[in-house]
Amino acid sequence: MTTTTTETRAAERSASRVAARVDRPQPPSALSASLTLGWRSVLKIRRIPEQLFDVTFQPVIFILMFVYLFGGAVSGSTQEYLQFVLPGILVQTVVMASLYTGISLNTDIGKGIFDRFRSLPIWRPAALVGALLADSIRYVVAAAVCLAVGMAMGFRPDGSVFDVVAAVLLVLVFAFSLSWIFAFLGLVMRSAGAVQGVSMLAMFPLTFASNVFVDPSTMPGWLRAWVDVNPVSHLVTAVRGLMAGGPDAGDIGWSLIGCAVLIAVFAPLTVRAYRRKS
Amino acid sequence: MSTLDTQTMAIEAHGLVKTFGENRAVDGVDLAVRAGTVYGVLGPNGAGKTTTVRMLTTLLRPDGGSARVLGRDVVDDADEVRKFIGLTGQYASVDEDLTGTENLVLQSRLVGLSRAQSKRRAAELLESFDLTDAASRPVKHFSGGMRRRIDLAASIVVTPDVLFLDEPTTGLDPRSRGQVWDIIRDLVAGGTTVLLTTQYLDEADQLADRIAVIDRGTVIAEGTSADLKASVGRSSLHLRLADETQRDLAERLVAQTLDTTPRSTPEAGVITAPVADPDLVADLMIRLRAEGVRIDEIGVQRPSLDEVFLTLTGHAAEDDDTERTAA
Repeated sequence: MTTTTTETRAAERSASRVAARVDRPQPPSALSASLTLGWRSVLKIRRIPEQLFDVTFQPVIFILMFVYLFGGAVSGSTQEYLQFVLPGILVQTVVMASLYTGISLNTDIGKGIFDRFRSLPIWRPAALVGALLADSIRYVVAAAVCLAVGMAMGFRPDGSVFDVVAAVLLVLVFAFSLSWIFAFLGLVMRSAGAVQGVSMLAMFPLTFASNVFVDPSTMPGWLRAWVDVNPVSHLVTAVRGLMAGGPDAGDIGWSLIGCAVLIAVFAPLTVRAYRRKS
Repeated sequence: MSTLDTQTMAIEAHGLVKTFGENRAVDGVDLAVRAGTVYGVLGPNGAGKTTTVRMLTTLLRPDGGSARVLGRDVVDDADEVRKFIGLTGQYASVDEDLTGTENLVLQSRLVGLSRAQSKRRAAELLESFDLTDAASRPVKHFSGGMRRRIDLAASIVVTPDVLFLDEPTTGLDPRSRGQVWDIIRDLVAGGTTVLLTTQYLDEADQLADRIAVIDRGTVIAEGTSADLKASVGRSSLHLRLADETQRDLAERLVAQTLDTTPRSTPEAGVITAPVADPDLVADLMIRLRAEGVRIDEIGVQRPSLDEVFLTLTGHAAEDDDTERTAA
């Protein structure tokens, strides 16, 4: 009989509390809504830390593999190659991590919770901006892991702490800008697998056909032509420059222009796709 | 919107249409829901219930027709509409990876409550919905009934003027269903207008002031639960004959005694007919015996959704999907 009593009490409580009217306050600002939704993504990372595999173990393996496999052959010594390749791998890891944005958005958006978000009086792109902001945390982790492993293996930046921080920030801004492409793909493609497939297809020419791993001077002309316009190459050159203590304003400028173009093109496309998503 | 008197329409839809490719999922739906009432949208899977709700809650843009919620157009004034509605979708619209508390705090923050207010409201709702013990567990470990309750709680962190519930009790055990019904009644008592979709006639019967029966994207009947029952008969007779050759005679007797047209399904050997007054069934049995009709099985059942559908559309609710695929 005890259960019946507690149930009745619960029902009574429910009646009194739920009926009590809570008036709707002013809707949150665009920033506040985006940050709240970013907080949601951060909570999810905390709940499922496996999500961080690609920004923790993957760069470690890449650095070890490339430095010890190719170091001697490419630069004559692994130490020298490490000095050359680490900024590149940092860029590659963070850029690759931005791909995850599209995949997670694609799986997330099929769930009922996005219906709820869209039925709220909040700034519409907040759910997207929130997710992209939270992904920046993944990028920070990726950058920190790359630097830590590199330094442990003997990488020594000649630039100041300020230069290194600026280099990492530049990479983060670039990844944030690039993630709009993957967010767009995440919205328009049918399945997470398809998003991954198409994104990888774009990712290989972006990261491998660049100056991340080798000096492009030995490449055939047509490939060099691509490498020269590839925004990732400019970003890598800018990051190398900053870490070596000799920042190149031109490459930093080109990288930032690339970021601006990416956002200008893909943010509106993505927001439009999000609005139309049914 | 408590200033609105009960004559005001909280939801009005005129000729709503939504097509997905060849499929006219919603094909000219009209609805009029009075403020402060519960409106049931009853229909089988694939009837267009969810699509209708998604258009009314601004999630889908109608291909034709128009709809207003509290006088605001769902397309032109979508942002305004969103300020007054709450939605609990058919699929759990909370984050499975987050705990009960986190979900409710998230929701509270998104409607504009402060951090402190959000925490207070989350705790309050969890207690009211009997979920305090599960507050710090991720929702994916919740039972079906708990999920439905947290889902409802998330829709009412601030009191919505109009609450849309898409199949709020589908898949729930009877006890959890009763709990959800109680919560809905509480909300209505507090002045909220509720539109709920359901596949269960008894749910619409229990909760709704008026019911629209929807089938293949159109409203095929509308009225109070009493109206609908009157149209299908309060109950229905199921008669299985021992001797198929007596079918015509039996049908005639049923028609005369019950004063209706019986429906015959020869494959099943069953005659069904709506029954307005169960006493007449006793008369029928006497006449069947007098005429020498041999009965294998006879029963009187309360109308089910299937009966409503058979009566209103001439096809069974379950057949809907297969028929549509064939067409």
